[in-house]
Amino acid sequence: MTANSMRGTRRGFLVGATRLLGGLGVAALLPRPEARATPAAMQAAIKQIVGEASLRRGRIKLDVPPLVENGNAVPLEVSVESPMTEADHVKAIHVFNEKNPQPHVIGVRLGPRAGRASVATRIRLADTQKLVAVAEMSDGTFWTDDVEVVVTLAACLEDPV
Amino acid sequence: MARALVNVPKTAKRGEVIAIKTLISHVMETGFRPSATGVPIPRDIINQLVCSYNGTEIFRAELHPAIAANPFISFYTVATESGTLTFAWTDDGGETQVQSASITVE
Repeated sequence: MTANSMRGTRRGFLVGATRLLGGLGVAALLPRPEARATPAAMQAAIKQIVGEASLRRGRIKLDVPPLVENGNAVPLEVSVESPMTEADHVKAIHVFNEKNPQPHVIGVRLGPRAGRASVATRIRLADTQKLVAVAEMSDGTFWTDDVEVVVTLAACLEDPV
Repeated sequence: MARALVNVPKTAKRGEVIAIKTLISHVMETGFRPSATGVPIPRDIINQLVCSYNGTEIFRAELHPAIAANPFISFYTVATESGTLTFAWTDDGGETQVQSASITVE
């Protein structure tokens, strides 16, 4: 047997073993039951904020990277077009998600003194899912924007500490 | 409670919109993670941040477990007068940590 073919066999064995272990690892992770919010739970949470008012698209922009490698800290920015005057300003901004254990992410109260209706933070994402931002204006209207985010490494699934 | 960092411009022109960045070290334990014994680790998060400008509340954030550990929050305000900005983080135990920053408005 030449040195080359030896290496080939060894490599083949290692690759096979790694795949097997990796497969076992994934199988061990999958059946763990997880508390999950659902799209319906998210809609209910949004309804709680919005009430009977209608949600309109536009004016608000939810900025999240479309592909996230690590769901433990995902940068998120919400900005709303508004003059931020006493007569016309953003009263509140809310962010919701579909598949984290709970549908709420953050709720922010602003006023005319904010000058610019823009908030940034870092959030956790448990899965590939849709994020929804809702802005409440001083005139009682609600505006919304949503983003689909693909998450490769989910938060909330790390091994027990 | 923990170490907090606040970034507020030292000086600003009157009426200028200034960016404020806050960061506090905190585990933000979600309450959904199992411990080694399988029992979920109890929830322990900072659930509120309130920012006051010379005593007047200008910003309030309600945080949920979906906020990443060591919560970073940034927002804007109008520099109206010289004075102090006070930041108060409150956690699930009801403990509040206060940090302040001064600003000179010309």
